[in-house]
Amino acid sequence: MQRYILIRLIQSVFTLIGVSIIVFSLARLSGNPLDVLLPDEADDETFERISELWGLNDPWYTQYFTFVKNASRGEFGPSFKWQGRTAMELVFLHLPATLQLAGFSILVSVILAVPIGVMSAVKKGTLLDTVGKLVALLGQSLPSFWLAIVMIWIFAVKLGWFPTSGRGGFDHMILPGIALGWFSVASFMRLTRSSMLNVLDSEYIKLARIKGLPEWKVIWKHGLKNAAIPPLTVFGAIVVGQMTGSVTIETVFAWPGIGLLALQAVNARDYQVIQAVTMFISVLFIGMNLLIDILYAYIDPRIRFT
Amino acid sequence: MATEGNVLEVPRNLPWYFPSKLRHYAGVAIKDYPVLWLMILFVVLIFPAATAPWTAPHHPLKQELSKRLTAPVWSAGTEAKPTSWSNILGTDKQGRDILSRVMHGSRISLMVSLSALAIGGTVGTTLGLISGYFGGWVDHLIMRIVDVFLALPLILMALVIVAVFGPSFWTAIGVISVLLWSRYTRQIRAEVLSIKAMDFIARARVAGSSNTRIIIKHVFPNITNTLIVLGTLQVGTVILLEATLSFLGAGIPRPNPAWGVMVADGRDHIASAWWIAVIPGIAIMMTVLSMNMMGDWLRDKLDPKLRQV
Repeated sequence: MQRYILIRLIQSVFTLIGVSIIVFSLARLSGNPLDVLLPDEADDETFERISELWGLNDPWYTQYFTFVKNASRGEFGPSFKWQGRTAMELVFLHLPATLQLAGFSILVSVILAVPIGVMSAVKKGTLLDTVGKLVALLGQSLPSFWLAIVMIWIFAVKLGWFPTSGRGGFDHMILPGIALGWFSVASFMRLTRSSMLNVLDSEYIKLARIKGLPEWKVIWKHGLKNAAIPPLTVFGAIVVGQMTGSVTIETVFAWPGIGLLALQAVNARDYQVIQAVTMFISVLFIGMNLLIDILYAYIDPRIRFT
Repeated sequence: MATEGNVLEVPRNLPWYFPSKLRHYAGVAIKDYPVLWLMILFVVLIFPAATAPWTAPHHPLKQELSKRLTAPVWSAGTEAKPTSWSNILGTDKQGRDILSRVMHGSRISLMVSLSALAIGGTVGTTLGLISGYFGGWVDHLIMRIVDVFLALPLILMALVIVAVFGPSFWTAIGVISVLLWSRYTRQIRAEVLSIKAMDFIARARVAGSSNTRIIIKHVFPNITNTLIVLGTLQVGTVILLEATLSFLGAGIPRPNPAWGVMVADGRDHIASAWWIAVIPGIAIMMTVLSMNMMGDWLRDKLDPKLRQV
């Protein structure tokens, strides 16, 4: 077990190094940051002096190590668009909004996906199963930004039930939450269904039935408990998917989260903020996967030896 | 699960409220009938993509300001803006014909997705073959690179790359290929690992075949089914990704009639002129849905192992 954790840990560190190289080089590819930062009337001497001061004349590997050193302390430098704030400060300022939305949409998708997934496995081949399948297919085919716009049109503009955009009370959260959760409902439901089908075939379910347990207990307690493992493994991917997917949804609903911050930073060429957001999301993804893999290895010992 | 039960047999024990014939045909069409999806695909994607320059009623970029914001022909229209058969699906705020734009948009979607799949698929498959066949440190290296690309937030990276290189048709294809190859590598590697352990590979080696020959002549033919299924299933994802990027202004640049761009254009007019944003969205949905259905069907027919993907 220790060996497995160690190997996964080393792999994660390598992944992290790779991500940091890409994030670092993308910002450098766009040219010298001083071209944007210094006023036009700055002469060559000032240019040279600041380049020297900021270490921009150093070879790229020295610059990269400086970047890694600062990044590991969460320092990505001051923002260029939002004067007077550092990039990391901005990320943490926008994080609660994104977490709130992502949390709500995950809640929505679990509440929708698990019962439909379980029921379509139990009532396999019936109308309910077909409807469930259609919902799943639509979920993976509808562009989420389009769904968001159509929902704004119908529920906010025409019916006036919900506000069109912005962050506020609970009613502000419903439309973006559904638009964001829609895609994960589909993948969650498919996984729940297929793993539930596997479980329902097993011997211990037959035993539970022979024991004379009521059917609901067989399905929801004995069945779902064992079927829940595969859907849990994609949970990390889904959480991070919500955070990246939030770029689109947050833009459409003007939701002041990390996604909107990232889009505004890209449009303003604010590379400090872009680097901070990208590294933050990647670290979250890598950490989440590591945690889930370790948890999974605890639950299922076979994993450790492959 | 295409083989379960005979599709030609009408299911028995139907609930009283459901007419048996209808239910039967609905079930067959949704579950086992690729023809329906092929037809939708043909109408929405393939036919317009192949013939848009000749069959589209108007030029996709021609502006007729006198006809701006005309409603689709089936809606009521107003005194000042009567609907007309010349613009069946209405016009946008510059008076450009929506139908013509959607038709030309399918051309863009198809070209971007096929090119990106070709590039990403080739690179991903080659690396997957190498990684799975040779193993060892090459395998480790390639798989760590794959991990890196899977850990990067997709849309965000695409936005940054486009911000660096500027939006264009080729940037869009490049960005999507860069983000796509790692999925191929992972899938193909797993497949190659199981093929490598089989007897015929060992026999080929005994017979003196070189590594290159074994990979090309013995391993590759065994992964073509996987490639076809993966490709079909990916077309939908790629079209969605391209539309999302175009919507965010990082895909196909204006004034090209990409579907994502059209939805973005219609966003501000959704209350007064719903058709500008809704119609290209329906085109995206129909294309992706039918592509996914085709992929599901092909997977069941060609490669049941992939069912969990």
